[in-house]
Order: sequence, then C-alpha cells, then structure tokens
Amino acid sequence: MPNRSETRATNVSLARRAWAIRRYALQMAEVQGQGYIGQALGVADVLATSYFHAMNYRADDPEWEGRDRFYLSIGHYAIALYAALLEAGILPEDEIETYGMDDSRMPMSGMAAYTPGMEITGGSLGQGLGIAVGAALGLKRKASGSFVYNMLSDGELGEGSTWEAVMSAVQWKLDNLIAIVDFNNQQADGPTLDALATPEEAPKWRAFGWYAQEVDGNDLTALVQAFDKARNHPDRQPRVIICHTKMCKGIPFLEDRESTHFIRVEADEWAKAIALLDEDKPL
Amino acid sequence: MTIPASSRRKSKYSPRTPASGERVATSAMIASLDAEGRETIAAPFGHALADLARSREDIVGLSADLSKYTDLHVFAEAYPDRFYQMGMAEALLMSAAAGLAREGFVPFATTYAVFASRRAYDFIAMAIAEEDLPVKICCALPGLSTGYGPSHQATEDLAIMRGMPNLTVLDPCDAVEIDQATRVIADTPGPVYMRLLRGKVPNVLGEYGYRFELGKAQMIHDGSDVLIISSGFMTMRALDAAKALAADGVFCAVLHSPTIKPLDVETICAEAAKGGRLVVTAENHSITGGLGEAVAGALMRAQVHVPFRQIALPDEFLDAGALPTLHDQYGITVERIAARIKAWLED
Repeated sequence: MPNRSETRATNVSLARRAWAIRRYALQMAEVQGQGYIGQALGVADVLATSYFHAMNYRADDPEWEGRDRFYLSIGHYAIALYAALLEAGILPEDEIETYGMDDSRMPMSGMAAYTPGMEITGGSLGQGLGIAVGAALGLKRKASGSFVYNMLSDGELGEGSTWEAVMSAVQWKLDNLIAIVDFNNQQADGPTLDALATPEEAPKWRAFGWYAQEVDGNDLTALVQAFDKARNHPDRQPRVIICHTKMCKGIPFLEDRESTHFIRVEADEWAKAIALLDEDKPL
Repeated sequence: MTIPASSRRKSKYSPRTPASGERVATSAMIASLDAEGRETIAAPFGHALADLARSREDIVGLSADLSKYTDLHVFAEAYPDRFYQMGMAEALLMSAAAGLAREGFVPFATTYAVFASRRAYDFIAMAIAEEDLPVKICCALPGLSTGYGPSHQATEDLAIMRGMPNLTVLDPCDAVEIDQATRVIADTPGPVYMRLLRGKVPNVLGEYGYRFELGKAQMIHDGSDVLIISSGFMTMRALDAAKALAADGVFCAVLHSPTIKPLDVETICAEAAKGGRLVVTAENHSITGGLGEAVAGALMRAQVHVPFRQIALPDEFLDAGALPTLHDQYGITVERIAARIKAWLED
C-alpha cells in the first residue's frame, strides 16, 4: 500500500481528498443525526494535507514502525479523523453505518483500543501534546526519522498541561514534533477568544521557543507550504502550525449557524448538505 | 443578604506534650525512616533500577524535579542519557512517560505520592492506565512519612489509586522488598503505582528469608491470638508489636500484603477463616479506602465473619510536626499498636 511518495504519485488532488473527508463525515453524522460535524467540515483541509501530502504511513499496516504518528488530542474530532482514515483506506467504507453505534470500531470519542489508525485515547483535553513529547523522545532514542503530529484545538490551549508540554518540547529540542492547532474560535460555551485563547497565539508559541506558523486552515496551497516548512525547518526546535479554520466549511447553510460546537440537523437536511457538497465535487 | 467577610480556617495550633516529655524538631522533609534500630540499606530503589538497567536497554527514568528525593538520581548518574528531567510538571511527567511507553520503553516515573495521586490522576488514568501501558510510577512520601503537613502527606494515595482500573498498587515494607519489587515490576506488563521508602531504608524482611511475589500476601510470623494484616512500613511495626505482645502472652500472626491491588483475597480469606483470631489491619494510610477497607470488603464478599479492627490514620488533614510525635499522636508506633491490640482483646 502507498507510503507518502506513492500517495503523491496518484492523480487524486488534495481538494478531492478534502471533499471526500467532508462527505464521509456527513455520512457518519447522518447515522447519528447530530454530532461534531462543524469541526469535521472545518478541519477537513488540514487532515487532507496531513494524510495525503505530509505524513508517511502504510494503509495496510497502521502499526508500521516507520510511520509518522498522528495523535488526536481532541477525541470529539474522531468523526473527522475516521473520515480521513476511510479516505486513506485504513478503515473500510462498509463500517460508515456503524459510527457511534453499539459494537462499532468508530465510537463518538476517539480511543486507541477501538480503531486502527487512532493512535491515542483523546478526549480528556490537555494530554495529547504531553504524550507526543514522550513519543518524540522515544523516537529520538530509537534514532527514528518519524515525526509525531499532535492535533489539538484552540480551546485545549486553556489546559495548563498543554503548556507544560510546550515548554518541555523546547527543552528537549524536539524537531520531530509538529503540533497542529485547529483554531476555529468555537468551544462548548461560546467563542474561544472570549475564554482563554488570544488572537496572538503564534507570538506566544514563538516566545516559548517554537517554530510557529499561522495559516488559513481552509487554504490547501497555504497548508501544503506550511507543512513542508514545518517538516524541513532546519533548527532543532518543535514546530506548530496554527490553522484558522471555519466551522462547517463547505456547507453554507451550516456555516451561517450561530452555535456550531455540537450540531443537530433535521433529517432531510443531511441529504441537502450532501447534495450541496456533491455539486462542488473537485476533480 | 450581605456577603460575609473573608474567612480562614480555625487555627489548628494547640501545644502538645509528647509522651517522652521532650519536644522533637521536625526533621528534613524526606528524612530516612532509619530510626528503627535496624540495619539499613541506602537507596534500594535507585540501586535496583540502575542494576536492572545494565541488561535492560528499554528502561528509562523520568522525574518531576524530585529525582534526588526519590532515589532515582542513582539511576540518573549511572545512565544520564536514559534519564529525563521533566521539570516541575507532573501532568507532563505522566503523559511523556506514556509516550515513551508507546514507543516500546519501560519508563519509571518518580515524584511524591501526593503529586502523583492528587495532581496527576487524570493523566495516569487516560494516558497510561486506560491503554494499559507499562509505566511504573514510583512515589516517595507515602502516607505519614513527613512532618511537613497535608501538602506532602499522601494519606489517601492508596484510596485514590485503588480506584483506577488496570493499575497494580504496591506498598512494600523495606529495602529488601523495594529491591525485589523494582525488578519484578520491570518485568510485569501494564502500569504500576509503587510507594517508596527512600534514603537509608531498614532491612527487616531479610532475616525471614522473604521473597516478594506480585499479588501475594505472605505469612511472615504466625500466631494464635491475633491476625495482623499489614503493608508498607507498618509490617515492620507489626512485627515489633508482635514481639512486644508475645512477652505478655499474646501471640500475633503478621500477614504482609504489599500488593494492595490486586489484593491476595485467597490468602487473606483463608487465614482469616481459620478463626479464633482477632483480625487487625495495619496501614500507613487513611482509614478510608486503603488496605483495611480492601480487606474488609474481601472478607465480607467471601462471607468470612470475624472480629475486625483497623489501625490506620484518621480521615483528616493531619498535623505538621516531628514524625515520632505524629506517629505517636495518630497511633501507628509499635507501642501504640501493641497497646491498642491489647485493649481490643480485653474488650
């Protein structure tokens, strides 16, 4: 099965990959009738860039020692990662209908013990970056060239333990660690910027000693550049890509909603959303 | 209504006159427990780990600024490139240990028992225990082993840790057992929480030909009148109390149960069911949720109905002071143990 170079050799565009991730996520959300679909639609471009441009992995061997690790802190984004794993061929399409059901390998909150390709048990926010620090140290001990990616959310930056890990990654010069912050300015009770996040996140990370980039997380060209720079940055320091994303990106009637942390949609609206997406199917 | 003025807790200060009539100074935070009139061994945990590491390249050590005070410095000096100083960051300590374990290493993570149990619980639960990773959490200052007050006295750590699925919980007695248990847990899959005695640690069990076995309670000394079931340094106190009571014609068995979880229910119930003995649990821990309640639950579930008493610390935030004073005050010295058992027998 394809590693990164083979994946790149295919003619499937990143835009098409992101489209497929959105479509799979909508299909799964339809099974439940509700869910964290706003985040999944928002982060689809970031995941497409991660899984179909940046990362090394083998779809038929998710435990392959040479893989890049992808740690999803934010367990409730599982629907988005399942969609990426479906598109990558790590999860089979015929399990889409089981999402969030009893006996499914795809529970609502991501857990390592359930799902191939789900590396850690997320959900208790503020743990992923610390685990990533340990794994990055371990990979260095083994002289591995693999990267550890940790996807965390802007709301998760409120957890003090995240900052313990931020400091530690600099102390240990973890140039094999790439943090991806999905900054959608939406947490459970309202805008993240009304809570603990600030508009100046990148300078904050730089002040701690990280190589920090800030990009439009729904601009595939910008994302590709940012991921390339993060991987190839010459200095011995950890890297962060702060991705400003739009909740519900790609489905206008959902984008316009006020509260999008956990979305409930009328039964007929799922078909409408998928139809809207299908109208814009990229090559 | 009006908001009341700011308030503070009622003063705890009340002058005490210790039994000896002399006031004792609080010792250093992490004084050795060497005032037992026994041979001691230096830093048994650190030396065992360093020894083990010679043949085990997968062993790494991490501490949150307490390597010196957990004896991990012995390992760190022997294998500096395998030691990770994580700083004063216990959440990170546990998460990073989990990350290293994911990559195939067997991390020994050390801090004080208060910080692991109270501060880092969710990180141990979700990053380590839920995934059954082989992280060995080894913690100094268990129970009442410092006079610095509640900030450093882990009087409820066993209660907290017993609640965590997948986690093996150990409370070893002495230097011999810490040495052996360190080697055993390195070979045991899954996460472990082990209480440590550090510095100069008494050698007590050596003379009994004891060998630590994970999950096993062992009869160290048999007796016909009382069955003391104990863990940690309370086993050495129980053995001394048994000697003192024997001089008065009261014969105590001492069943040492260093594995708090999974508890050796079979041995404990079998010994208690022999009958004719007062069952007394003895632990350096709160009366709530530790060895005593674990034993009580096991006996009740097995329908073993016996007279039962607990020697444990009270369910309170304890006082500051000198350890000998505090151990006397809270009833866990040899003399107090013997006196309480005698009183119960006379009841």
